[in-house]
Amino acid sequence: MDQQALTEIARHLDSALGDYIQSPEVLHGELTVRAPVESLERVIKFLRDDSSCRFEMLIDICGVDYPERSTRFEVVYHLLSVSNNLRIRLKVAVDEEGAVPSMTALFNTAGWFEREVWDLYGIYFTNHPDLRRLLTDYGFEGHPLRKDFPLTGYVELRYDDEQKRVVYEPVKLTQDFRSFDFMSPWEGAEYILPGDEKAEDAGRKGEGS
Amino acid sequence: MGLSNNNVSNTSSAPIPRGEAQNAELKVVTDQLGDKGFVVAKLDRLINWARTGSLWPMSFGLACCGVEFMQVIAARYDIDRLGMVPRASPRQSDVMIVAGTLCNKMAPAFRKVYDQMPEPRYVISMGSCANGGGYYHYSYSVVRGCDRVVPVDVYVPGCPPTAEALLYGIMQLQRKIRRTGTIAR
Repeated sequence: MDQQALTEIARHLDSALGDYIQSPEVLHGELTVRAPVESLERVIKFLRDDSSCRFEMLIDICGVDYPERSTRFEVVYHLLSVSNNLRIRLKVAVDEEGAVPSMTALFNTAGWFEREVWDLYGIYFTNHPDLRRLLTDYGFEGHPLRKDFPLTGYVELRYDDEQKRVVYEPVKLTQDFRSFDFMSPWEGAEYILPGDEKAEDAGRKGEGS
Repeated sequence: MGLSNNNVSNTSSAPIPRGEAQNAELKVVTDQLGDKGFVVAKLDRLINWARTGSLWPMSFGLACCGVEFMQVIAARYDIDRLGMVPRASPRQSDVMIVAGTLCNKMAPAFRKVYDQMPEPRYVISMGSCANGGGYYHYSYSVVRGCDRVVPVDVYVPGCPPTAEALLYGIMQLQRKIRRTGTIAR
């Protein structure tokens, strides 16, 4: 995309919203802005309404989970300016207990995205008109895209012939999930095959004697 | 009195292959019809012939397998020639072709659709996902095989199975119906 235009937008944002955002940067031809949760609403409103920004379309809202960070989650907003043919990315860090203001007042479409983020990450959005689960099963427990959610989940499902309905049971796998290492041993795979733990020690002793 | 049909050579339940024998059989039946105006046959075999010749499938495409299912319906493989007309209502269908990944959220609806089908009903499980979860076997949201929810007659392997494979599965189901040979299921 147009590097020049993005840099200009970044400079413009820095001068107009300097107190509300943290260092806009253009990397790989993409403009990324970080903002604290408190100023999110103001920043997005500015991006939409300012005559030189005109990011009038909300493309997506997504969540990211960084378990190692102190503020665990990040909510990412992608906006598109149809008039200027430019895109911008806005990142907001939020805690597990924290909440993000809903953008439904500014963009109608935000409602769906926020429901999805709530469903999969459990990030709460204040003032959302109808914050329910969107994708997962009715009565589902947990937020599956969190890093501490196990891949296989907690329940599985089967039809019970006596109760004449579908019942949920704790997961019972006949074979555990296996993670295959496709690296060839000739290319220096760094794992020890089961049974080979002592082989290296023995080999070293052999060399020594 | 029209009972002569019973003493023809074909006593097994398998259909007679094309050729001399089939022509002879057909001639006996046609002559009988022209002569007496009626034909006597075995009821169970007649019913099985009717069942295998008009297996109406419920269109139940859940994922990419649904596209191969559409191939089978469309002009190239054309299951209409087997008397199979895809139905949109479970109440009009005899066989459900489960084409695709069955998710937890879909499972109650899937069972309801199966329950709404009139007896005798058959299920063809199409593709790895419907057979045993396949690619999504370890997922938190996918049923590990649609046989956890409904009884399955024929499993068609593949990811997705080719249209030929599904067609072969359908023919296996016809064979199964013919060989089981019962009126009540």
